Amino acid sequence: MTTMAIDKGAPTRKVKHGSMSRDRAWALRWSYFFLTLFAIFSLVPPIYMLITSLKSSAEISAATNPWWVFHPTLSNYVELLTSNQFLTFFRNSALVSIFVVTITMLISVPAAFALARMRFWGSATLATGVFLTYLIPDSLLFIPLFKMFAVIGDWTGIQLINKWYVLLFIYPTLTVPFCTWIMIGYFASIPKELDEAAIIDGASWFQTLTRIFIPVALPGLIAATIFAFTVSWAQFLYPLVFTTSTDQLVLPVGIITTLIKGDVFNWGQIMTGALLGAAPPLIIYAFLMDYYIAGLTAGATKG
Amino acid sequence: MVDVAFQQGSVASVRSTSKRSGLRTALKRKSTVAFLMTLPLILLVSILVLYPALYSLHLATLNKAMSRFVGLGNFEFLFKRETFWLVVRQSCIFAISAVIFKALIGFIVAHFVHNVPAKGQRKWRGMLLVPWVIPPAMSTLAWLWLFDPSYSAFNYTLSFFGIGPIPWTGDAYWARFSVILVNVWYGAPFFMIMYLAALKSVPEQLYEAAAIDGANWWQRIWYVTLPMMRNIIAITTLFSLIVTFANFDIVRILTSGGPLDHTHIFATWAFRVGIEGNDIPLGASVSLFMVPILAIAAIFILRDVSKRGNEA
Repeated sequence: MTTMAIDKGAPTRKVKHGSMSRDRAWALRWSYFFLTLFAIFSLVPPIYMLITSLKSSAEISAATNPWWVFHPTLSNYVELLTSNQFLTFFRNSALVSIFVVTITMLISVPAAFALARMRFWGSATLATGVFLTYLIPDSLLFIPLFKMFAVIGDWTGIQLINKWYVLLFIYPTLTVPFCTWIMIGYFASIPKELDEAAIIDGASWFQTLTRIFIPVALPGLIAATIFAFTVSWAQFLYPLVFTTSTDQLVLPVGIITTLIKGDVFNWGQIMTGALLGAAPPLIIYAFLMDYYIAGLTAGATKG
Repeated sequence: MVDVAFQQGSVASVRSTSKRSGLRTALKRKSTVAFLMTLPLILLVSILVLYPALYSLHLATLNKAMSRFVGLGNFEFLFKRETFWLVVRQSCIFAISAVIFKALIGFIVAHFVHNVPAKGQRKWRGMLLVPWVIPPAMSTLAWLWLFDPSYSAFNYTLSFFGIGPIPWTGDAYWARFSVILVNVWYGAPFFMIMYLAALKSVPEQLYEAAAIDGANWWQRIWYVTLPMMRNIIAITTLFSLIVTFANFDIVRILTSGGPLDHTHIFATWAFRVGIEGNDIPLGASVSLFMVPILAIAAIFILRDVSKRGNEA
């Protein structure tokens, strides 16, 4: 059959075939060219962070070629990693993120299980409501939340504002809705036979969740954990509003409010701090890229 | 109780009747358990999301000292201020142009990544997603340093081409451009990843059929790729519109609204007025102006999500 087709229109067909594979090769070359351009565009800021972090302030103010380090030094790193203040920021960030991840998982996994498997009155509405909450941004809530916590402080005498642990109440509003939403998707994709079998064997709902759903949906759980961690690590607006004393700050706010003193910018240290602040999410991403991407796309493709 | 019923009969008809008899008690127990499992979620959402959202409506009707009800006084005050209209215009310019560029770049880059051999895709994808992974507050600092008035690495590079020195954050128009550029840099990878996932789900046969029918590359994109990706494009764009419209970090760190309020958007101006200026009711009124756009986007997203839910 193919020979017939070629015989029929031998000259034109052949040329066309040749041009098509040539087109492919060119398309590939252009793809690599543009991908390289875009990769450079993507990586310039982080690479520039690294370059600047290796420079001494004398080299920075000498205004030599900014893209090259002539006298690499680790003094910025040594200075930051031995400064108590910076380590406090790091500790606060780590504590907040770890607690928020734990709280998020404790709230959203059971809720997602109930919403995905145990149809009850209002469960569908609640699932949609959870998704809607995820769409309410932090910049809409920070003013009323700030006032709310101030009022609570006045009424009860429990002063939560300007304590790092106030963030443990607030960050879950950012993480829980999305984590619940993607866990609903993961749980819903588990075959019904599995939990029916467990129930038949006499497992309670709680056992079904811990023995079957959590192990089977582990990839989803990891993706949700990564999401919760990166969100709480990167959050900037809430800590800026709720914490002010230097010993209560988390890393992003700490770097910006303490390393930038008036008009004096110590760029070597700022870039070092920024790089160290970006390191935990980057390391997680480097090792768990597939889970990271799964969590990113799950919100829209599952559900 | 249930497993006794199941041991009795292995026939399908018996199974269905036994299920029904145990249903009432099971339902009762099940719904209680389910309610308890969702209770923390319900509490969290209602106390820390829904209540503050309504509370900000209340706050917006108070005077600065929050002692007196002024009705729509704050809004009247805002409408008379030129800065407010500047902020409205800038928010719209910022969000719309940033989302358009993010979507375009994301679409193009996703195609390029999809084009290269499968084993290289992982590496490219890994590099191109880095801007999305770095906390925006941290990466914006790097941009701020790249844009530095006296030591700008961009201006240093551009000076070799005889272009130059560009006041990246000093001039109103350049500052708007810079803010949008950083936002596009940060957000485009998200679009790229979403579109790449969508591209991979388009069945190869459709392209083969199109190729047999003699479609050129443009027709393949217009008649095959875009219709197949429509849902994801819509959701991603609407979602990004919400996030971009509510953006705070990038503008705050890069320009903090300056020069002369020419880059303020709703979130940063609400922060300036409400927290820094200590006028919480006015700040709440400013941030409430985000609601209409967010609501419209949310309605469309919800429609798409529930439509897909029905298909599945």
